[in-house]
Amino acid sequence: MSAAQQIDSNTSVDVMTDTDQYLTFILAGEEYGVDILRVQEIKGWDNVTPIPNTPDYIKGVINLRGTIVPIVDLRHKFSLDAIPYGATTVVIVLKVSSEDGNRTMGIVVDAVSDVYNVAAEEMKPPPDFGTISIDYVKGLATVEDKMVIVLEIDKLLNSGVLDTSDSLLQ
Amino acid sequence: MAIDITQFHETFFEESFEGLDIMESGLLNLDIGAADNDTVNAIFRAAHSIKGGSATFGFSEVAEFTHGMETLLDEMRDGSRDVTQESVDTLLQSVDCLREMLGASRDKTPIDLERAEALKKELEKILSSDNNSIKSPSENDESNNTASVSESSGCDGWEIKFKPYHDMLRTGNDPVRMFRELAELGDLSVEIDISQLPALEDLDPEESYLSWKLTLKADVEKEKVKEIFEWVEDECDIEFNELSAATDKADNTANVMANATTAPPQTTDNSKKTAAPKKTATSTDSASIRVSIDKVDALINMVGELVITQSMIGQLDCDLDEFDNNRMEKLRDGLTLLERNTRELQESVMRIRMLPISFAFNRFPRMVHDLCQKLNKKIELKTTGEQTELDKTVMEKIGDPLVHLVRNSIDHGIEMPEERIAADKPETGIIELNAFHKGGNIIIEIKDDGAGFNKERIKAKAVERGLISSDEQLSDEKIYDLLFQPGFSTAEQLSDISGRGVGMDVVRRNIRELGGNIDVSSEMGKGTTFTIRLPLTLAILDGQLVCVGSEIYITPLVSIVESLQIKKEFVNNIAGQTELYKVRDDYIPIVRMHNIFGIDAEQKNLEGGLLVIVEGDGKKAGLLVDDLLGQQQVVIKSLETNYKRVDGVSGATILGDGTVALILDVDGLIELSRNPPTSGNTSTNQVREVA
Amino acid sequence: MASILAVDDSASMRQMVSFALKNAGHNVVEAVDGVDGLKAAKANKVNLVITDVNMPNMDGIALIKELRNLPDYKFTPILMLTTESAPHKKQEGKEAGATGWIVKPFDPDQLLATINKVLG
Repeated sequence: MSAAQQIDSNTSVDVMTDTDQYLTFILAGEEYGVDILRVQEIKGWDNVTPIPNTPDYIKGVINLRGTIVPIVDLRHKFSLDAIPYGATTVVIVLKVSSEDGNRTMGIVVDAVSDVYNVAAEEMKPPPDFGTISIDYVKGLATVEDKMVIVLEIDKLLNSGVLDTSDSLLQ
Repeated sequence: MAIDITQFHETFFEESFEGLDIMESGLLNLDIGAADNDTVNAIFRAAHSIKGGSATFGFSEVAEFTHGMETLLDEMRDGSRDVTQESVDTLLQSVDCLREMLGASRDKTPIDLERAEALKKELEKILSSDNNSIKSPSENDESNNTASVSESSGCDGWEIKFKPYHDMLRTGNDPVRMFRELAELGDLSVEIDISQLPALEDLDPEESYLSWKLTLKADVEKEKVKEIFEWVEDECDIEFNELSAATDKADNTANVMANATTAPPQTTDNSKKTAAPKKTATSTDSASIRVSIDKVDALINMVGELVITQSMIGQLDCDLDEFDNNRMEKLRDGLTLLERNTRELQESVMRIRMLPISFAFNRFPRMVHDLCQKLNKKIELKTTGEQTELDKTVMEKIGDPLVHLVRNSIDHGIEMPEERIAADKPETGIIELNAFHKGGNIIIEIKDDGAGFNKERIKAKAVERGLISSDEQLSDEKIYDLLFQPGFSTAEQLSDISGRGVGMDVVRRNIRELGGNIDVSSEMGKGTTFTIRLPLTLAILDGQLVCVGSEIYITPLVSIVESLQIKKEFVNNIAGQTELYKVRDDYIPIVRMHNIFGIDAEQKNLEGGLLVIVEGDGKKAGLLVDDLLGQQQVVIKSLETNYKRVDGVSGATILGDGTVALILDVDGLIELSRNPPTSGNTSTNQVREVA
Repeated sequence: MASILAVDDSASMRQMVSFALKNAGHNVVEAVDGVDGLKAAKANKVNLVITDVNMPNMDGIALIKELRNLPDYKFTPILMLTTESAPHKKQEGKEAGATGWIVKPFDPDQLLATINKVLG
């Protein structure tokens, strides 16, 4: 099986059609990926103001240069054990789109990994994980012999916001 | 290469509505019988502009309607017609109609032509009295080409004898220009006559001494040829002779006045009544704002100073190891300056959104005038502080409440003239609208010298409605508070003017929604004063910081009644659930913030706890908090932009240390305390982590 | 390509005239009434003046008279914009020294055609 092309951040982007770039991050030992075009910025973990009466995985909101941005804890969302935040804990700020416009939201992850190119045909459809709803996963990719779970950002982050009755399992 | 003139429509509408305002206030200020000519002129010009513009931009019904008004005003301004009450009233009504027509034209909804027709007839009636006939709108949309009367078919051409008067050149007319135009029509030959040309030394280059005989071989009508010389008709001798025609026809074809006998507006196909589109006479919630250039300049200056301050601080090479007291001093100075700059910048920017309250006050002279006529009352309207500025959005939203209050004053406040005289008051009642700034707010007073509120009647009505018991002792404040209860009205008859008393509660709610307050003071027989207090802007809030557990929340100052320390003996328990606190004569429900927000409380028992008494939409509650921190102005940031609406929270703000603090929604909190959220979803038990 | 002064107290008319003329490659100076127009005429050398008649502060007729008193504008073409085809207004204008008139309502094409004829 052909390996997805590996690119280190200094090389120019592959202009081949149907290849997307993904930013990958680590969560409980697993590697996940998000479309790089959706990544607005990466911040270190900082103070979060909790919001009352919200699902557990919404940690609260932060001040991002004057805008109020909600932060989602993916460990919570994926029913993983919670861990104390450390020096490598990172918040990835993403641009999320929904039918009523665009939002900016952040996700808390253990650490950021790298940026990879994945050709469309390299992406395999996800099996039923059981713990993560299939809607949230775009597909699986293999990068440098590792499995990367590529996430469907819009569905993942909108689900908790647009409706309060949210179930983690399908 | 047609230019799309629809791009100018918006400007046309804007200036036309302004013109209508000028007309209206002008008409209201006219002294019947001793009309000030300047005012009449101004009114005329406004109508004239609207007519010209509407014709140019293709709004023919508007143009036609305005023509009648313009004609009447023209006669008034040149003195050939007196300014009478009848004409003023008809003109005022016409202004209203025109406003609707323009609004419909702008919104592309059907125009109420019936109303326009009726008013046109009124205008015609006035114009035709005293034998002044209405001039037919001669140039509906004729261009320069006057309808030419087709004479004989086909002609060989024209011989034109053209002799300009000696000073024709002074009007900037150039014979060559005209010849060129002629040449476009056909074959032109020119014979010049220089017999009048004086010797060179006597020649005045600015005068014309020449004459010409022009022969145009073209099959054109005389009108077309005449047209070319139209401008200079009176400044020359000119003769047109048809070629190969026996004699010169005397040109007695007068300019045909293309008077389409006032084509009656298509009453057939457009007779549907307009579904009365929103009658927003003055307040159009537009998404744009006119800003005076001074404000923009001030803003630019502020930013300039900010940039300077910033570079100043930047220059203070703040390498830690080299930092000394001197630098510290400079840094401190720089920061003070920075604070001043940002404050001034903030004020400057806020002022951009501010407009004088005259925009809101503008509609009242007309309203008072009309209602006085309707009710046969005599009322004088006085306004002060029209230049007091407030936020555009706040002003748009305060419009309706103001209207309601003024209507109330007119309807129920000011008595009939006879009553007033009997009460030893001047026959003409006075309603005052005052606006001024006070302590970061804008105060609007609606004052009348009318009958005042009858406290006994109010109490009686309240008892009747079951709002209070018959033996309750109420302070004045409480009594007037009853006025704001839904459905309350002490009016004997419900007039269609101020409605069924459904207004006052809505008025107060609207004002509260803007972050403001309304108070009443009244004296029976003397009058009533309503005082409205509003924040200067919607984006900034005066807040009281409170501490609940480890969280900081902002309570809007305007909602806070008082704060106190709890004494156990005043706490009452109802059915083991609701806790009430006795404050003087009131029992106020205690809202345990920790429970509602799911926070770990520091203070579980009530004794000694801090209670912040707040008021929202008529209801009071006491918020149990752990500590009171400072008061400060906060900038309101939306939670909904990136998240969504949260019950009990109206927004968020960013504190000095960069962290986010939530702003409490008092009404929402009170609601939540009655229906606490189902547990299991609260997540606010986490301790804040710092990287 | 000429320099033209457009005087009218109605912003929409001014905008339209200005746009049409600029579109045809001319340079346009705008003024809101007679006083403003006179100032503008003195400050800018224009080849043609178009002015409305009914304006506050100084109307078109007065403006024309004033312009004709300026040496630079003795022979400059001055056109009046008038809604009144009534003879007396045109007459007044001519007596004040106007070159000619354009009757409102007009469309941009008519305006340009007339301008072109006058500018030659």
